[in-house]
Formats: sequence, C-alpha cells, structure tokens
Amino acid sequence: MSTLAQVGQMARRSILQTVRQPAMVIPPIVFPLLLVSINSSGLAAATKIPGFPADSYWDFAIAVPFIQGALFAAINAGSSLARDVETGFIKRLAMTPMRRSALLVGQLIGSMAVALVSAFVYLAAGFAAGMDFKSGALGVPTIIVLGVLIALGFAGIGAYIGLRSGSGEAVQGFFPLLFVLLFLSSVNLPRNLIEQDWFRTIATYNPVSYLVEGVRSLIITGWDGEALALGFGLAVVIATISITLASGALRTRLIRT
Amino acid sequence: MRRFLDVAHAVAWRTIHNFVTNPAYFFPSVIFPLFFFTAFAGGLSSVGDVPGFNFPAGYTAFQFVFVLLQASAFGGVFTGFGIAADFEKGFARRLLLGAPNRLGILAGYAVAALLRAAIVAVLLFCVALATGMHVTGGGVDLFGLVVLAALVNLTATFFAAGVAFRTRTIQAGPAMQMPVFIVLFLAPVFVPLDLVGGWVHTVAQVNPITAILEGGRDLISGQSFPALLAFGLALALPVLFSFWAVRGLRRAEAAG
Repeated sequence: MSTLAQVGQMARRSILQTVRQPAMVIPPIVFPLLLVSINSSGLAAATKIPGFPADSYWDFAIAVPFIQGALFAAINAGSSLARDVETGFIKRLAMTPMRRSALLVGQLIGSMAVALVSAFVYLAAGFAAGMDFKSGALGVPTIIVLGVLIALGFAGIGAYIGLRSGSGEAVQGFFPLLFVLLFLSSVNLPRNLIEQDWFRTIATYNPVSYLVEGVRSLIITGWDGEALALGFGLAVVIATISITLASGALRTRLIRT
Repeated sequence: MRRFLDVAHAVAWRTIHNFVTNPAYFFPSVIFPLFFFTAFAGGLSSVGDVPGFNFPAGYTAFQFVFVLLQASAFGGVFTGFGIAADFEKGFARRLLLGAPNRLGILAGYAVAALLRAAIVAVLLFCVALATGMHVTGGGVDLFGLVVLAALVNLTATFFAAGVAFRTRTIQAGPAMQMPVFIVLFLAPVFVPLDLVGGWVHTVAQVNPITAILEGGRDLISGQSFPALLAFGLALALPVLFSFWAVRGLRRAEAAG
C-alpha cells in the first residue's frame, strides 16, 4: 500500500471516529459561537471607546471562534492519539509495515476536516448576524485557509502532548493552559486600547494575538498585509514546530513499544 | 442529630483534606479565578471608560465581584465532580451503606464546598487588594458580599450534587459545569445591565444571578440597592436546589 493510501486510510478512520462522536464535533462549533454571542452583547458598549476599530462588537469578535475552534482541534487530536496509545492501537500498528507519518498525518487531516466545517459555520453565523466583511469575496477562502492552518498548528500541539503523555487526562489538563493563552491576548480588545501596561505587554508577546488579529483583519479592515503576514507566518511556524515535535514523539513512542 | 453531625463532619473533613493536600484539586481551583480576575480586570479595564459606565469603586472592583461569585459557584461545581468521582471509585456506595444518617453526607459535601470557596475567596481578596482594588463599601457591606458568595456556592453545590447523585459518573462533568457557566455569563459580566446589548440584555433582566451580581457590586461600592431582592433570591436558590440534591441522594440510595 502506498504512503498516500495509508494516509487516506488513517484520515478516513480519524474522520469517522470524529463524526461518530458528537462530543468531538458539537463543542468546537457550538461553544465558541455561544461565547462570542454572549460577549458581543456584553461588550457591545466597548465600541464606544474612542479608537475602537469596528462599529459592531460582533464584527470584531467573530474572529475569536476561529482560535477557540483551533483549541478544540488540539484537544481532539491529542485525545484521539492518547486513546490510540492507551488502547494499544499504536503498539499493534508498530507491528505492521505502515509508515509512521501516515498515522500522524491521517489524524491531523481528521482534525482539519472538523476545523474546515467549523470555519464555514462561523462564517455563516457571522454573515447571518449581519457581519460587514471588509475583504470581499476573496477574503472568504483566505479566512478559511488561515483558520484551518491555525487549527493545524494547534492540532499538532495536541498530537504532541497526546503522544508524549499517552494519557487523555493529560491532554484534557492542558486545555486550560491553552485557554489562558487565548484570554491573555487581544481577543477582547485591540492591543492599543488595553490600558494596563503589563497586560498589553503580555498580549504583545503572545502569538495568539497575531493569529486572532490576522483573522480579524480580513473582517474589519480588509487586506492588511502586515496583519496577514504575521497571522499566516506564525500559523506556519507553529504548525511546523508542533508537527515536528509530534513526529518525534511518535517515533519515541514506537521505539518504546 | 448527633449522627447527622458526625457524618457531615467526617465527609467534610475528608473532602477538604483531599482538596488541600492534592495539588491537582487545589491549584486549578485557585489559579482559574485569579486568571479570570487578571484577564477581565486587567485586559478590559478601558471598558470602564465607556460613556454611561459609572461605578464608583472602579473597574477592578466591578469585575472582582463577578469573579468572586464565579469562584464560589465553581467551588460548588468542583465538589459535585468530587461526589461523582467518589461514586466511580465505589467510595460513595460504601459511604451510603455505612452512614447512619445519609443527609449528613450531603451536608458534609456542602460544608466542604463552603470551606473550599472560602479559601479561594480569601486569596482572591488578597490579590485584588494588593493590585490596587478600591473598596468604597464598609465592613457590613463586605460581610453582605461574602454572604451572597456563600449562598451562590451553596446553590451550585446543591445543583451539582443533584446531578452527581443521579448520574454517579464523572462523565456528567459538563452537565454540572456548563449550565452554571452559561447562567453566570448571561448576567451583566463586563458592564452594568443598562449597557448590555442584544439578546443577552433581555435574558439578563430575568436571570436571578443579575440581581445577586448587581447587589454584590453595590455592596462593594457602598451604594444602596434592593437588598430584599438580592438576598431573597440568593437565599431562595439554595433552598430550591436543596430539594433537587436530596431527591438525587434518594435516587442514589435506591440505585444501591
């Protein structure tokens, strides 16, 4: 069986596993939309702060679900691989001629599929609520590609933790830390409007700020080269590093077994 | 009565001992409220400059009250997780067999949840005051705020305990956590009710947590407020959910 066919089989398995478990599909879609809906009402008054970059807080905040969905991608990918370790699936796989990369890539493709569907749902919800999408028709595929790329990076982080720890509990325990990264960024306000210096400093050094600003720029600004370069650039860097680490962890896991 | 108190004391001591001595239980309970306080009071402080936002004690105190109530509620929810875990490990079933008064079990968990919330609340107060929170209310006002937080903790404990007694599995964690999380966030979290827009404004108007939250904010800033409404609701909720918890306990007894 060719490597491509092996990847296809593993991706099919990952997608089927995800689709058959509503708990892996519904939360990444519903929870971020619920939160953004609540926050948009609760923080609607923030648009009255001088210098706020959008007329509607919904337009400003609809970028956040793309990042939250990516966090769920991390947990889903990590939990699935940890379960494969816990149930001995990886041990059995090690005895077959299957390529190591096929398992990892297949799993990540499964996570990407959920991220892709989620991105379409977030956009549809945004438009349904009257989002003023500044970057036009070409912005739609761009935002989806960026959203999926961000999800790939986080899924790689989840895969690394799942393979390294071999424990679903450890993966779940990592989720709050990712959530902290999200909140200590520019998700709720633009960085220049954050009054507290220490918070603005953390948000400036937090890569999540640039990911969310990249997605947000397509919605509220249009085509902002700097924001997009930083968003895409960091997403590629995170994906490269995390997948390299996950690949190393898988190699170690197979040696151990 | 003596049997009730003995059981409650034993369960409370065990639960709080586990909480204090196990870092996996202790640190998330402490760190998350502090983190939310940091993220909301620090990251959103410029929201306090919005026209129409007139809170005398400042945005840090405004957010502190929400985080205090949230931490209190989650102290109760985490206690529900503990009850469910006790059932999964088989401990709760042995406890049901051995306890001469089973209502004491519920009371013990509730006392432990209160102590747990008290520990977190003290830490929160210390951090908030150290980072410059202004309290313009008096000592009696602050005592009132603490009472509100305790009643919210009891409400969440009875709700989560009711779910845990019925399901007897930790997999029901989201069923304990999500409703509490959503009800809390459907109150005026970031700005006063008048400035909340959209559908959340409509929901927040009928959400009982709104009156409790606004009461707490008026207490910390020393403003007058409809105390009967805030304290009446804060008292009615745990009474209501105590029935839910007791019926859950009876179901767990019946399940054997």
